[in-house]
Amino acid sequence: MYATNYHRASSVEDAVKLASSNDEAKYLSGGQTLLPTMKQRLAAPSDLVDLRHVSEMKGISVNGGKIRIGAATTHAEVANSAEIARACPALAHLAAHIGDPHVRHMGTIGGSIANNDPAADYPAGLLALGATIVTNTRSIAADDFFTGMFETALEDGELIVAVEITAPAKCGYAKFPNPASRYALTGVFVARQGDGSVRVAVTGAGSDGVFRQADMEQALASNFSAGALDGVTVDDSDLMADIHASSAYRANLVKVMAKRAVAAAG
Amino acid sequence: MATVSMTVNGRSVSGQCEDRTLLVQFIRENLGLTGTHVGCDTSQCGACVVHVDGKAVKSCTMLAAQADGSEVMTIEGLASGGELHPVQAAFREHHGLQCGFCTPGMIMSAVDMIKRHGGQLDEKTVRAELEGNICRCTGYHNIVKAVLDAASKMGDGARIAAE
Repeated sequence: MYATNYHRASSVEDAVKLASSNDEAKYLSGGQTLLPTMKQRLAAPSDLVDLRHVSEMKGISVNGGKIRIGAATTHAEVANSAEIARACPALAHLAAHIGDPHVRHMGTIGGSIANNDPAADYPAGLLALGATIVTNTRSIAADDFFTGMFETALEDGELIVAVEITAPAKCGYAKFPNPASRYALTGVFVARQGDGSVRVAVTGAGSDGVFRQADMEQALASNFSAGALDGVTVDDSDLMADIHASSAYRANLVKVMAKRAVAAAG
Repeated sequence: MATVSMTVNGRSVSGQCEDRTLLVQFIRENLGLTGTHVGCDTSQCGACVVHVDGKAVKSCTMLAAQADGSEVMTIEGLASGGELHPVQAAFREHHGLQCGFCTPGMIMSAVDMIKRHGGQLDEKTVRAELEGNICRCTGYHNIVKAVLDAASKMGDGARIAAE
């Protein structure tokens, strides 16, 4: 790891100020991606602004159908939250299957979506749930937030403070984990709102990161059952191909995982 | 350079290190507690697992500066008064180790796992919970046996204590 300067932020305001004082500063949330990347010298921020002690960025609240998760809330906290399990069970399931127990004790929802790894789980969940990403300056719809592989709508120095979600009527998440890394080779999150509209988001498969599958959304809006997806064809031309799976294989996985997600949603 | 202070195995410690120093380096090199191992250095193998504020974390994926002010427990802090912790005893009883390199991380993970699940552990859960710990000797079978035995003994102990 190259040398860096560590700063511990005490508030959102303090964090933004610390980060803005240096062009090459980065926010450090759980660090479960950033620190391994720094150890490999693939990232070399001059300064790290630690967010783990910013209390206003932590915690989960559910009021009626409104869910708010602080950006520095860990995967373990989301996975074990009785409130999330009631309001949005697939999100708790998703969080419980990120990485391993030790990673889940440190890794955070804000860190995951700011990184927008094309095989990360949370981007699919938040896109399918139509979440709102709240930063220190504005609110961004998930549809506008995830702009490409490892790319988001965040400006330099902009800090995610929380994620807001309207509890869906039904939701399900299914992923086919890479047998070695456990990252999603393909993961599909399905959410059905009270008005019957359905959103389907796919991670791990798209060559430009997380994306919505419009044909599946239409099919499920008229008939919310796994069988409704039988007639949907998944185009593999924009899907990733690597040593782990071809794009055709991933296209098949999109359909299989979508069906499992619908079945899990009940 | 940063001055880092924390409580390690119940003892207040303080030391100077670079801001980029990993918690595992601080534990091993500043404190001389070499029971915590570095296996992969890529955040995958779990040989470096310690407890920070009561939770199992990979100490190779946390800066020492991040742990400033925390309570840290390493493998050296488990046994009390010369008596092995029940998980350590179970690993010995069931031969839950071959070369032994992954063992400190396995044991710290097992203690954390048993704490979170109580005595309510089955084989499937133990295997899933060991996701973040790799045994290069592939000695998982006896590791799982040891964790299950320790969990049932500790669960029984807790129940007896409650009665």
